[in-house]
Amino acid sequence: MEPFIRMTGVVAVLDRENVDTDQIIPAVYLKRIERTGFGQFLFSQPGWRFLPDGRLDPDFELNKPGYEGGTILVAGKNFGSGSSREHAPWALLDYGFKVIIAPSFADIFHNNCFQNGMLPVVLPEDVVREIMDKAVTQAGCQVTVDLEALEVSDSQGFRVPFKTNEFRRNCLLKGLDDIGLTLQLEGKIKAFEENI
Amino acid sequence: MARTMFDKIWDAHIVDEGEGKPTTLYVDLHLVHEVTSPQAFEGLRLAGRQVRRPELTVATVDHNVPTTDRSLPIADDISRRQIEALDTNARDFGIQYFDMFSASQGIVHVIGPEQGYTQPGKVIVCGDSHTSTHGAFGAFALGIGTSEVEHVLATQCLVQEKPKNMEIRVNGDLPFGVAAKDLILAIIGQIGVGGGVGHVIEYTGEAIQQLSMAGRMTVCNMSIEAGARAGMIAPDETTFEYMRGRPQVPQGDLFDEAIENWRLLASDPGAHFDTVIEIDASKLEPFVSWGTNPGMVTSITGKVPDPEKIQDASEKAAAQRALNYMQLEPNTPISEIMLDKVFIGSCTNSRIEDLRAAAEVVRGKTVDGRVSAMVVPGSFAIKIKAEQEGLDTIFMEAGFEWREAGCSMCLGMNPDILQPGERSASTSNRNFEGRQGPGGRTHLVSPEMAAAAAISGHFVDIREWE
Repeated sequence: MEPFIRMTGVVAVLDRENVDTDQIIPAVYLKRIERTGFGQFLFSQPGWRFLPDGRLDPDFELNKPGYEGGTILVAGKNFGSGSSREHAPWALLDYGFKVIIAPSFADIFHNNCFQNGMLPVVLPEDVVREIMDKAVTQAGCQVTVDLEALEVSDSQGFRVPFKTNEFRRNCLLKGLDDIGLTLQLEGKIKAFEENI
Repeated sequence: MARTMFDKIWDAHIVDEGEGKPTTLYVDLHLVHEVTSPQAFEGLRLAGRQVRRPELTVATVDHNVPTTDRSLPIADDISRRQIEALDTNARDFGIQYFDMFSASQGIVHVIGPEQGYTQPGKVIVCGDSHTSTHGAFGAFALGIGTSEVEHVLATQCLVQEKPKNMEIRVNGDLPFGVAAKDLILAIIGQIGVGGGVGHVIEYTGEAIQQLSMAGRMTVCNMSIEAGARAGMIAPDETTFEYMRGRPQVPQGDLFDEAIENWRLLASDPGAHFDTVIEIDASKLEPFVSWGTNPGMVTSITGKVPDPEKIQDASEKAAAQRALNYMQLEPNTPISEIMLDKVFIGSCTNSRIEDLRAAAEVVRGKTVDGRVSAMVVPGSFAIKIKAEQEGLDTIFMEAGFEWREAGCSMCLGMNPDILQPGERSASTSNRNFEGRQGPGGRTHLVSPEMAAAAAISGHFVDIREWE
């Protein structure tokens, strides 16, 4: 896994709550047996990213001018609810997002992000609103997300701390793979199995 | 110290824990299906790893499988490739596998309990959010992502932060015509789709104890729709009677010994729950979802809400968006909503009890001319049992299609989908935009309510059914 230490990027806003994984990637696109290539299907339910003829829908939030090349998605609470499909973070990553900022996340989605080197950042609702307002009014607005310093900031003096799971943070900073770590516990796993 | 059932199961499965790191838990049962596993097996191959405990790993195909004649080739190439990938992976890695033609095939959350793999006290995982279903037996059962599937395949362990404990106590009796599905829809309507995030819910109280195992599975199944990590119900005589004699459970004296241990799992008196919610079952009515998440529900006697009357700005916006998608006018009586399709099936409501309840409603009646209706049993075994009981005849004579087992129209990965603009009454678990097919509109209901809606062409109050 690629380490994640800090990044600066364009903020894209999806001001909706309870965005579920069926919206992030519809089930009909879950049939691939690879991890790659899901970005083209991101938010592809009718009425979201695409018009019926396949062109980008200019009314959909992420298609608005100023969000091109966005790498930081800011969304409403309980982002990623519903299905456990890891295709959801795969699609967001493939589209270009490396960080999702929201007031809260669904549990399985939250875990899945970390497994793929994508950072979910939980910030209070009013702070999320502040970032959204800024990104909506200033096209191409950028913020820096620093996992080492545990801070979201911008060049105009905006600066807020955030918390994250210390273990997950360490894994992301070092790009550590969970399986490798658990396999180091072989002795303990064996001991557990012998005691069942 | 007094512990909850969840605490006890968690404690009994700790392989490793320590300051500043999540717990490594041992997994007793890993269920696998074709959609969320191919990338995990590929990861094992790339790293030269094996499946650590193939005998604790059980795979089947359910999401993509056709519910029509299976002797015909699968029309969709990509679906076929995904099914073939699991055929190959199960063979290469030596795991137990019920393929599309097996007499034990079915929806993974239906066959686990049916075959007796699902047992009290187990930690059960599957790359599927509805794994919460198995908690109905007093197991800690949770959905995981594909990276975690790979992790469990390789290590038989899962790395997790411990969720909090929530108790939902359902007092009193469910009234006539109010099903387990109505109860869980009412709960999600009350606590919201994020209400259970970070928690394991234990359902307690008279109304829960009175539920059959099928009803308990329906309730636990939809715990994830409230955002919960898992749902659980303490095992009791109902649980043990359901389990007795199933292929994978201990037999004879061993079963009685196991029961004694399973009884010890129940939460201790005075055990601490971080959150407690009480519900009065006697006040509940049949429920119907009106919006685009399972928290957007009202009773059959209710009306489509008016967003103008919702105070909270984001809730108001969500309701407006939902009504726009659902093409519903505010204040429309639920009973006036007309339907195009009815789907009875899914891991929420496809068990023999569900099919019996629905058959009872449709017996001797005919599906409304504007509606196309289908029944998809949860497993091959349920299908056979239903046919022995003559339920297939009741459904088919009424004009329902009678299909092979699978996930089917719950999520429309196979050809069973809603067409754009079509409206369904569905016994499944998610009414998200496009869940049953792009542009489709889903209303979640109980099997009885779905059956009555199929006959009437619109929603009707099952309590007044003749």
